[in-house]
Amino acid sequence: MAINLEYAGRTFEPSEPYEVSRVKIAEFAEAIGEPSPLCRDRAAAQAAGYPDVIAPPTFAIVISSAGAASVIHDPDLGVNYAMIVHGEQSFSHTRPLHAGDVVVTQSTIESIRPAGGMTMLTTVTEIRTVAGEHVCTARNTLVERGA
Amino acid sequence: MTSPSYDEVAAGTELPPRSYQVTRRDLVRYAGASGDFNVIHWNERVAKSVGLPNVIAHGMLTMALAGRFVTEWAGDPGAVTEFAVRFSSPVVVPDDDKGATVEIAGTVAEKLPLNEVRVEITARSEGAKVLTRAHAVVRLP
Repeated sequence: MAINLEYAGRTFEPSEPYEVSRVKIAEFAEAIGEPSPLCRDRAAAQAAGYPDVIAPPTFAIVISSAGAASVIHDPDLGVNYAMIVHGEQSFSHTRPLHAGDVVVTQSTIESIRPAGGMTMLTTVTEIRTVAGEHVCTARNTLVERGA
Repeated sequence: MTSPSYDEVAAGTELPPRSYQVTRRDLVRYAGASGDFNVIHWNERVAKSVGLPNVIAHGMLTMALAGRFVTEWAGDPGAVTEFAVRFSSPVVVPDDDKGATVEIAGTVAEKLPLNEVRVEITARSEGAKVLTRAHAVVRLP
């Protein structure tokens, strides 16, 4: 089944709040080999001017993917998950995420473009605090390879 | 390594190139930390059945290494404001102890206002460009 082109432009409901924890930031930093104490040591992060330990820039994918998962797995969208590869990714940060942030995401399918037997699905996910402060915009392009 | 200041970098300043190893163990750990359990990142049988040469690394792990390359240079994981990549070729991770090698290099392409610089990044694995159009905007002290 092909991806449903009628989903282009659709904006989905905001996610449930996600609370950024020190443990999750440290786990993610370990997994990518990021050695900075600013990801692990609250005193070091505060000495650098941050409220608490900060997340590496690509940590936002953990939150944006969780938010976008309900989009990608919507059966009516018709994505064949096994044939998906990641095409492009970008992040635009107003500030780093830090431990203690409670954020919600909202995703919009920006475009769905068939291209040479493949389909490119671009989703934009806004990450904001529950108070409405913008933290990050993530733009994700998935490529469904031809079956 | 002390972090560079905005005043001491110029367009053309090269970041010290780095080489990172990515093993199957790293993929398992990244899957757990990120929540991306797509089977092509850990199951050789399924990866090959969908036409891939072998298990491939998460694109986001490759991007994270490129991010680390930049933030280690800048001395602050919070210094990156913009970060964008295109995944042009997969990082194929063999089932051995060495894994794949990802070689990352970068150059300051442009100095921007507000102490920010734009860094162009290249990443290669086994001779293939694995990231293209990769760049980060980084705030320097």
